[in-house]
Amino acid sequence: MSTSTNEAHALEAPRSGRIAPRYTRNSSGGGNFEMFAWLFMRVSGVILVVLIFTHLFVNLVVGDGIHAVDFGFVAGKWASPLWQVWDLVMLWLAMLHGTNGVRTIINDYGDKKATRMWLKTVLYVATFVIIVLGTLVIFTFDPCVAGATAETLQEYCGA
Amino acid sequence: MTTEIAEPASKVELPESVGGEIPSFEITLKVRRYNPEVSDEAYWDEWKLTMYGTDRVLDALHKVKWEHDGSVSFRRSCAHGVCGSDAMRINGRNRLACKTLLKDLDTSKPILVEPIKGLPVEKDLIVDMEPFFQSYREIMPFLVTKGHEPTKERLQSAEDRERFDDTTKCILCAACTSSCPVFWTDGQYFGPAAIVNAHRFIFDSRDDAGDMRLEILNDKEGVWRCRTTFNCSEACPRGIQVTKAISEVKQAILARSL
Repeated sequence: MSTSTNEAHALEAPRSGRIAPRYTRNSSGGGNFEMFAWLFMRVSGVILVVLIFTHLFVNLVVGDGIHAVDFGFVAGKWASPLWQVWDLVMLWLAMLHGTNGVRTIINDYGDKKATRMWLKTVLYVATFVIIVLGTLVIFTFDPCVAGATAETLQEYCGA
Repeated sequence: MTTEIAEPASKVELPESVGGEIPSFEITLKVRRYNPEVSDEAYWDEWKLTMYGTDRVLDALHKVKWEHDGSVSFRRSCAHGVCGSDAMRINGRNRLACKTLLKDLDTSKPILVEPIKGLPVEKDLIVDMEPFFQSYREIMPFLVTKGHEPTKERLQSAEDRERFDDTTKCILCAACTSSCPVFWTDGQYFGPAAIVNAHRFIFDSRDDAGDMRLEILNDKEGVWRCRTTFNCSEACPRGIQVTKAISEVKQAILARSL
């Protein structure tokens, strides 16, 4: 009995086995990663529109506009936890959104497996470095630079 | 009792009388030739032909094959837009040669005919369709049911039938899959045609294997590789809203997983 069902399973699809090797799909599954990546792009995209346009408006339009942007301006913004969190979320979402976008472009246009692998390695290393550095700067930022002269220091440093 | 049924107005402007002469014109047909037995290089061949207002690209290819060069190779079976054998790239767009009237093309320039892209060319306009059919087979394009078989037919409401009506129109010509830039890259993507045919069963109320098909298309090379460029929807000679069908499958996978 069992042999007959096995035989039924072993029955090959018509003309199978003469498919050009480059078309055979060897990688099956991968879990839900691609689905979550797709969903992440949509969700992060919507959030980024709000984050980035508010960021641009606050930095470039409000008050003195673009002329207000200098070291002190950034230091003043990061003194507030709101802008720390804002910039942190923006950094992470923008980096991951962009990285995933470039990852799909590499997958779509990279012809060879090895080319894709190397391009993606470079991409992931770059993303990792930028995210770590950016996060570090946001949280460890010290507006009172050691060794700075009194004129360049901010008033709240008390120098 | 006998009411006269008005014929729908024809879009083709032809003389009213039956015996009237059909307008003829000169065309240049350029065909992408490839014969691996002679050379690994593909080249363009061209012919000047006198064709008529009622002729299609397929008629021009026939004229070449029957009267000029018998070695020109292409597939065609029904020649009436149903079998899906003669999908080819005509003036840079995937179409059926049997549904493309010459008079609708720009006859002042050569008409370019190439094999569909992304599949291995075997000879001239003939490509190896096996990778395409392999993806089709993988999505299980047949009715799968659970439980007892009904004594009569499997009933379905008109609304339930309407749900997947659009994707039943597919003729497997590969015009959509071979117009997809993602498929061109490495041929790993399942391709629009396989997803369309999965859609036809996933949204069929009589079928019970929808989850299995969604699982298959949740693959790394499944629906998530679709970039919604709409090339497939534009290429479909049956007017199927291919990109919409792919999006519906994406949503069904999401709804099932979340």
